[in-house]
Amino acid sequence: MKRKMGMSDRIFTASIMLVLALLCIVVIYPIYYMLIVSISDGYAVLRGEISFLPKGINFSAYEAILSNKYVPNSYKNTIVYTVTGTLINLTMTSLCAYPLSRKNFYGRNVFTAIIVFTMFFDAGIISQYMVVSSLHMRNTIWAVVIPGAINVWYMIIMRTFFSDIPEELFESAKLDGANDMTIFGRIVLPLSKAVMATMVLFYAVGHWNAFLQPLIYLDDRNKMPMQLILRNIVMGADAAVSGSSSVTSDLGTISMNIKYAVIFITILPILAVYPFVQKYFVKGVMVGSVKG
Amino acid sequence: MRGTVKKQGFKKARESRFLYLMFILPLIYFIVFKYGAMAYLIIAFEDFNAFKGIFHSEWVGLKWFRAFVEDPYFWNIVKNTILLNLWMLAFCFPAPILLALMINEVKQKRFKKFAQTISYLPYFLSTVVVCGFITNVLASDGLVNQLIGALGMEKVSFLMEPGWFRPIYVISELWQGCGWGSIIYLAALSGVDQQLYEAAAIDGANKLKQLWHISLPGIAPVISIQFLLTVGRLLTVGYEKIILLYNGATYETADVISTYVYRRGLIEANYSYGAAVSIFQAVIALILVVSANRAARKIGQTSLW
Repeated sequence: MKRKMGMSDRIFTASIMLVLALLCIVVIYPIYYMLIVSISDGYAVLRGEISFLPKGINFSAYEAILSNKYVPNSYKNTIVYTVTGTLINLTMTSLCAYPLSRKNFYGRNVFTAIIVFTMFFDAGIISQYMVVSSLHMRNTIWAVVIPGAINVWYMIIMRTFFSDIPEELFESAKLDGANDMTIFGRIVLPLSKAVMATMVLFYAVGHWNAFLQPLIYLDDRNKMPMQLILRNIVMGADAAVSGSSSVTSDLGTISMNIKYAVIFITILPILAVYPFVQKYFVKGVMVGSVKG
Repeated sequence: MRGTVKKQGFKKARESRFLYLMFILPLIYFIVFKYGAMAYLIIAFEDFNAFKGIFHSEWVGLKWFRAFVEDPYFWNIVKNTILLNLWMLAFCFPAPILLALMINEVKQKRFKKFAQTISYLPYFLSTVVVCGFITNVLASDGLVNQLIGALGMEKVSFLMEPGWFRPIYVISELWQGCGWGSIIYLAALSGVDQQLYEAAAIDGANKLKQLWHISLPGIAPVISIQFLLTVGRLLTVGYEKIILLYNGATYETADVISTYVYRRGLIEANYSYGAAVSIFQAVIALILVVSANRAARKIGQTSLW
């Protein structure tokens, strides 16, 4: 690799970097565009003057959505669903993954087969709806946090991670008289911070972004998470949410700023933590996809 | 002999009693929410009535299956499902490979890291956010039509035209998933022996030739596995995005099996009919996935399970 690159190679590498830089702009621009529109003057937006820089910077859109009847409440709901849901996910997934990772778990092949089968045979939305209804979970938080308690794919990632822990650790703990449960708490969990962080990330993002489950199971507007309210405001599916309050005052011209402001506060937490958690998700995907 | 086997089994089961204790909740979960849901599919053979319940509703055999097989609209949505997947196969399948190959050519660590960071980001945004952006940007007074208007051309109502649905869907999927999809290929590329590149360089092969003769063959097994798995999902489409993007005007191209089940089955409360369509889809999807996985297993040691 010490050899000097030829002319054609230099052009090749340079053009690749140029293409990549352009692609990065294509990816970032929509997000940037939403931000600048949300803080620009409503009339400038309407006249199509906003493309690269904000104009007439103001935060009225954000003030409007914060005083909206449903937005702050739905934001709170989303936080509650995300925290509760992720805790349930972590507990259930590790309770499932740990026994399946142990060689002394009698019958683990049968159980694994039973579980993996559910990955490939999707009973569909109707029958899941029937189950949730028959358990009287509709219109409660449980309808959005319980049916997806264990993602089989993530469970397999976790199981693979657990089974890579050196067997000697288990044996010496057994000799000291520890049972499988204490081993899990004292040895396995402390060693699994990386995989747990990955799980928190994936599950939490899933709850934060969840749309279909809440759409199907939550009819009460006061229980709706952010994504549903966002859909109603941004895609105009529901006049009662976006129309009745201060949101579309000012001849409706303010609405474009409002829309993008609502979108922006929804993705803000994700943008904020994203740079710090990357190393975890890349690791997670690797474990899952390469080792299966 | 059999007695001792049984006894040993019992002994082993006793030894792992704490593991069983932990496993109880997950097992109940799968039985109730997954196998319970499968059991509910029996309503596909009934004239399900919520008041009579699953055990007392009238048994109608294959009535609902016959109903959708004879419905020409049903074949339209099967066609839409497969076509949308073929579009995805044509565009969203090769794109991450190309991206990974390009990122792999970048030797400056910081730029490489930057490109990766940026390209993975959209994967973490919700479907509602992406679709909200699309509907507003493509609206009659949105950014795109402002540009079209500025160029003096006639405005297009993108979201009302059946012909525009698949391009919009595919472009948004590309934007959101291309970077994320490249991770697996980048991992495979990092496993390619670096000496091969050095040897090729000494033999006078330029970068493009190295890419073509070393990088690409190096990740060929991963590509074939991913390809087969994609083919295995030919009859499955995530319908969250479609529900957010389609409307009566675009059903012609946008309506797929899962959206049809959602609308006819759940919204219009034709539970039995919806369950019948679900069974049809699930069985074919299962056959496809299992055969694809078989084939994938022959290619590489890796498989889905």
